[in-house]
Amino acid sequence: MSSLLMPKVDNAIMSKKDKIASDLRGIINSKNVLSNPDELRPFETDGLTAYRQMPLLVVMPETVEEVSQILKYCNENKVKVVPRGAGTGLSGGSMPLEDCVLMAMGKFNKIIEIDYENRCVVTQPCVTNLAITHAVQDKGFYYAPDPSSQIACSIGGNVAENSGGVHSLKYGATTNNLLGIQVVLMDGTVTKFGGKAMDAEGYDFLGLMTGSEGLLGVITEVTVKILKSPEVVKAALVGFPSIEDAGNCVAEIIAEGCIPAGMEIMDKALTKATNDYSKAGYPTDAEAMMIVEFDGTEHEVEAYIQKTKEIAEKNNSSSLKISKSNEERLKFWAGRKAAFPACGVLAPDYMCMDGSIPRGKLAEVLNEISRLSKKYNLPVANAFHAGDGNLHPLIMFDANDKESLRKCEEFGADILKYCVKVGGALTGEHGVGIEKRELMCEAFNDKDIQQQLTIKVALDPNSLLNPGKVYPILRKCAEEGRVHVHGGKTKFPDIPRF
Amino acid sequence: MSMEEKQNSQTSLDFNQNIFKPTSREEIVEIVKTCYRKNIPLEINGLKSKNKIGRNFQSEKTLDLSDFKGIIDYKPEELYIKVKAGTPLKEIIEELDKNNQQLAFEPNDFGYLFSGQSNSGSIGGVVSCNFAGSRRFKVGSVRDHILGFQGINGKGETIKSGGTVVKNVTGYDLSKLVSGSFGTLTILTELSIKVLPKPETSKTLIIKNPHLKKALDFLGKALSSSTDPSGGVFYPDYFGKDFVLNDLTHDGGLTAIRIEGPTNSVDQRANRLSKELGLLDQELSILDSEQSNIFWSRTKNLEVFKSLKSNLLRIVLPMSETLQVIQKLKNFEIKYFIDWGGGLIWASFDQLNTKILSEIKDTVKKHQGYITLIKVEEDLKASADIFTIDPIKYKISEKIKRSFDPKRIFNPGKMYTGI
Repeated sequence: MSSLLMPKVDNAIMSKKDKIASDLRGIINSKNVLSNPDELRPFETDGLTAYRQMPLLVVMPETVEEVSQILKYCNENKVKVVPRGAGTGLSGGSMPLEDCVLMAMGKFNKIIEIDYENRCVVTQPCVTNLAITHAVQDKGFYYAPDPSSQIACSIGGNVAENSGGVHSLKYGATTNNLLGIQVVLMDGTVTKFGGKAMDAEGYDFLGLMTGSEGLLGVITEVTVKILKSPEVVKAALVGFPSIEDAGNCVAEIIAEGCIPAGMEIMDKALTKATNDYSKAGYPTDAEAMMIVEFDGTEHEVEAYIQKTKEIAEKNNSSSLKISKSNEERLKFWAGRKAAFPACGVLAPDYMCMDGSIPRGKLAEVLNEISRLSKKYNLPVANAFHAGDGNLHPLIMFDANDKESLRKCEEFGADILKYCVKVGGALTGEHGVGIEKRELMCEAFNDKDIQQQLTIKVALDPNSLLNPGKVYPILRKCAEEGRVHVHGGKTKFPDIPRF
Repeated sequence: MSMEEKQNSQTSLDFNQNIFKPTSREEIVEIVKTCYRKNIPLEINGLKSKNKIGRNFQSEKTLDLSDFKGIIDYKPEELYIKVKAGTPLKEIIEELDKNNQQLAFEPNDFGYLFSGQSNSGSIGGVVSCNFAGSRRFKVGSVRDHILGFQGINGKGETIKSGGTVVKNVTGYDLSKLVSGSFGTLTILTELSIKVLPKPETSKTLIIKNPHLKKALDFLGKALSSSTDPSGGVFYPDYFGKDFVLNDLTHDGGLTAIRIEGPTNSVDQRANRLSKELGLLDQELSILDSEQSNIFWSRTKNLEVFKSLKSNLLRIVLPMSETLQVIQKLKNFEIKYFIDWGGGLIWASFDQLNTKILSEIKDTVKKHQGYITLIKVEEDLKASADIFTIDPIKYKISEKIKRSFDPKRIFNPGKMYTGI
C-alpha cells in the first residue's frame, strides 16, 4: 500500500477482537460474523484496488433490526464501522480500517415490492442496479441511472455515492431518481426518509444522505422511480479529426436545444483500445470519437439525429454512422462500457479519475492531461460523459512498482486540481472516498468543510461510521480533534493543508 | 473580505434599525455576526410572496434581501445561471427567455393566492420553499435543479456547497438540505441553477370528465405511457369555468395532460396518447401551444384560489392513495384540484379547526402522505402545526438545525417549535 494515511488505530479495540466477535455473535447468527484472515481477505479492498486493508471483523446482517443492534453496540463500545455494498466503488469508500467492523450488506439482496401504480420499486440495498431494470422490463419499464458497473454495483451503494452513468444528462443521477430510503443511524435509530410520494416533509434528509458515502447512516431499504422505456432509441457514432472539433460539436448540440439521452467522447487511445477489445467498429483513425444517443418517439429521434448530423458535419466530422437496429446501437455502447477491461489489457493497472468540468473546457483540459501524461511518463486514455461534463481519464501504471503508483497519484491529483481550476469539481460520480480526500481543500475552504463536519458530528458524535473517508485527515477537525502525521508521509504531499 | 472592507462594513452597520436591507454579502455577514453575538432572532425575507407560509414566530429584527439581487453569471451553453438570492424570479425568467431557456421546475406563483396578483417572489424564496409546479413528476423539484449555493450560517460564516457543473458529488449535497428549509438553516446569498432549453412546442389534451376516479385512471395511464407527458391535472366541475379558452368552450370538470417537445413529435405523441386512453372526439379538446401555456400558467399560479378567503392545504401523497384521501376529505367542505399527475392535492377548506385539521392529518398520514398549511386563518395559525413531522425526524432536524444555526437566530420556530 502507498503512503495513505488513515485514522489512528485504536489498540484497545484491536486487543478486544475476540470479545467483540463474541458479542456480535450474540447479536446475529454466529456464522455471519467472520473473523479469521482467510474469510476477511475478500473484503480488504473495493473497486479502488491500489489500496488494501484487512478489517478487524466482518459482519453480514440479515435484517434491519440486526443492523440497528450492531450499530448500537459499536457506538456504545466505540468500534468503527465501515459499510459495504457490492464493493465496486472506485474511490475507496468501503475500504476497511484495521480496527473496524466491516458491515457487508450482501444479504439484503431482495426486491421487496414492484409498484406499477406509483411507478416505483422498493428494494433491499444490495440488489444490483441492473436487477431493478430486469425486474420491471417485461412491463416496459426501466431504472434510469446506469453506471458502467451496473451489472455488479448495488443500489444501496449507488445511493451512498450518488452514482450517475452515461444517461444522467437527460435523466439525472441517483439523487434525482430516488423516492425514499430506510436508514439506520450510528446510534441504532431506524428511520425512513421519503417514501412513495414525490416530496417528503421537513428537511430533505433524503438529499443529504444521497452521496454521503456511508458517513451518515447505513441504508437498509431503497425506493426508486421507474420510467417507461422510450419507444425508439438511436445512436450515432461520429469521428472527429481533433478533440476541439468534438468539443465544439457537443457545445453546439446543447446550444441547439437538443438534450441527448447520452453523449460520450473517447480519445484516440481509448477508441483504439476499446475497439481492439470489443470489436465495436469504431473509427480508430479519428482523434476523437463521439457516441450520441437520442430517445423518444420515432419522429423526435429522427429529427434530433438529422440535426446532430448537420452539426457534426459543420464541425468537420470525419465519419458518421447511425445505428440501424437496437443490436447495432448496443454494439456502439459495448466498446465504451468495456473501457476499463480494455485498459486492463494495455497496462498492469489503471486508475480511473472522475473530474467534472464545464463542457466548453474539454479541449483545454484534455490538452493539459496530455501534457501531464508526458511529464509523468504514464500513458492515459480518456472517456468523457460529454453531455454533463464528467471526465474519466484512465491512467495506466503498475501497482507493484511503488514509484509508478506515486506518480499515478500525483498525476491524478494534478488532473483534478485542473478540473477545479477551470470551474469544475473533484468528482462527478465516483465519490471522494480515500482517493480524493486530501484534495477537498482545492474545492472547499475551511469553513465549508467545517460546516459539513458539523453535520457529521451531529449524526455520529464519535465519528465511528466510515471515518477517514471524504474529509481531509491532516487538519485539526472537529471530527477527530487531533492531527495525525506519520513521518510526514501523506498522499498528495504537495497539497496545501489546513 | 479584506480588513479594509471589514472595517467599512462594521462602521456602516446601524444596528438600531429593525429592518436591514443589505446590498452586499459583507453586510449580511456583519448583521448575522452581531445577531449571533447578541442572541437576536432574525426574520429573513425576499419579496414576501410566500412569507405568510409557516408558523408565527418572534423576531426582533428583519433581514430584507430584496436589494441583494442581480445575475452574476449566465452561461446558456453550459446550462446554468448564477444569481444573488434576492433576485426576482421574474427577472431570471426574462433573461432565460432571451436564449429560449427556462427553469424546468415551473415554480408556483403564490401572489395570486395571497394578494390577488402575480408575485412570483425571489429565487431565494423559491429555493427555500421548494414548491415545484406541474412538471414535478418528469423533471423533479426545485431542489433537483440547484447545482450549488453560497450562504451564511448562523455564526456569520460564509459557506458553500456544490458548484456550477451538473455532475458533482464532492462532499455532502447541502444544496438539497437548504432547499425547502424555509430559511431556518442558512441565509442564501448565491445560487447556481440548472437551466434547460424550452420545449419547441406544447399541446394539451383536455378530457371533459367530471369524475375523479376516471381522471386518476387517465392520469395514471398517461404517466405510465411512453408518450412522456410533462403535466397532468384534474379540475372538478366547480373550477371548469376558470379555464374557458378559445379552443375550450367546455366549462365542467376536466383532466388535462400536457405533451411537450419538437413539433412533429408532440403531434405524434398527442395522437397516440388519445388513442391509448380510448378517447372519443367529443370527449376531447386539444389546446395548441399558446393556449396550452395559458392553461398551465393558471395552474402554476393557483389562479383558481385567487384571493382565497378560506384555508388552503397542500397535500403530497403517493398517487395510488389520492382517490381514497379525497373521498375522506369530502366529509368536509372542500374545493380541490389535483396536480403532479395525481401526486399532489391543493385543497381549500371553508371550515377548519384544530379538530378537523388533526383528522385530516391522520388520514393523510395513514395514506403515506403529508400536508402543509399554505394559507390558514390567523386564529388557527397560532395553534396549528403548519408542517408535519414524526418524532425521530424532529430529533434529527433539531441536530441539523444546530449544526447550521447553533443559537437558533434564523427564522426560529418558522417550521417547528424549537427549530
